[in-house]
Amino acid sequence: MPRAKVQRKSTSIDMTAMCDVSFLLLTFFILTATARQPDPLKITIPSSTYKIPVPDVDIAKLSIGHGKVFYEVAGQDVKMATLDKMAAQYKLEFTPTERKRFGVIQSFGVPIQSLKQYINLPDEAAREKSGLATGIPADSTNNQLADWILNSRQAVAELHSEAMRISIRGDAEEEYPTVKKIVDILQKQKINKFSLITSAEGGAQ
Amino acid sequence: MAELDTSSGGGKKGGKVRTKKANTKVDLTAMVDLAFLLITFFMLTTSLSKPIAMDIAKPDKNEKDDTNRLELRASQTMTILLGKNNKVAWYMGEAKTATPTIEGFTEVRQSILANKKKVADLYGNDPKKTLVVVIKPTSGATYKNFVDIMDELNIAQITAAPAIDDENILDAEIAVMKQNGIL
Repeated sequence: MPRAKVQRKSTSIDMTAMCDVSFLLLTFFILTATARQPDPLKITIPSSTYKIPVPDVDIAKLSIGHGKVFYEVAGQDVKMATLDKMAAQYKLEFTPTERKRFGVIQSFGVPIQSLKQYINLPDEAAREKSGLATGIPADSTNNQLADWILNSRQAVAELHSEAMRISIRGDAEEEYPTVKKIVDILQKQKINKFSLITSAEGGAQ
Repeated sequence: MAELDTSSGGGKKGGKVRTKKANTKVDLTAMVDLAFLLITFFMLTTSLSKPIAMDIAKPDKNEKDDTNRLELRASQTMTILLGKNNKVAWYMGEAKTATPTIEGFTEVRQSILANKKKVADLYGNDPKKTLVVVIKPTSGATYKNFVDIMDELNIAQITAAPAIDDENILDAEIAVMKQNGIL
């Protein structure tokens, strides 16, 4: 008796459509992902259970670590406007190219006197190697940090008619007095509210 | 299915010798695997790398104007002193009469919750008279300690705004902390 033959179907599935879709998604995610900006100051930020995301605009970021302070304002236009104000205050001259270059510099920590030299270094790696980044002076006699903050607040107010927010990125192991010194500078300018940047904490009760 | 049938048609029909065509079908499974792996990676990293802000308000430091001082009841005030070696000292009420408890960060959450309950019971769950926490970071504390204690308050759902006071650390407090070796 001839056996009834069961028609076997091929188990291979056409992957072309799936491949198309997955690569489309992949492209989307790659393009929307913002590359993590390298920070010139090596910092490990403490974690917390807070869930408020940090805004991207009209914000200044103070990085505190190893006894140094680095500063960054968000936005190219604000950065350049702040530089203009600082240059006027400290009687320095910056060429239009230097202004543009400063607009794309991330966090920096150089005294204003050596800022010109710092801007003209070719890239971030060279800037880090140069040893110019000694932190922004924040003593009572030479308080450039206070001027940077004040000038960027004015720049943000003029350009975007918005109040600038201040955020602090502190190193977890930094001693409190260093942070206090910076906070005191802020409070002198009547900034009593600021955000501490933390990383998300997993498994919080 | 969109597979291309490139196998030589009906075998040796017609007796013509056909050149054997190579199969153009490529196995895409591995490629799809890889693509999905990368998708997963980018999806996770985009959402996780977003930094989080903890909003802090410090009391206004206007030396000349003493009018905006807020008086607190001793019975609803918990003072937490941050010392070195990740230790805290806390006490209820006034520094003169209270005996501070030295604790680590893991135990302080229980203490905050216990004190919160105690104050709530004392005032019959009056929403206006809840526990007020005064945080006093001393020179021995690290920045992480400060963030941690603020986080503990958030976890314990302390509704009254915490007072962050790093100016007026009392002599009695310093003495106790020195005694316990956390300053």
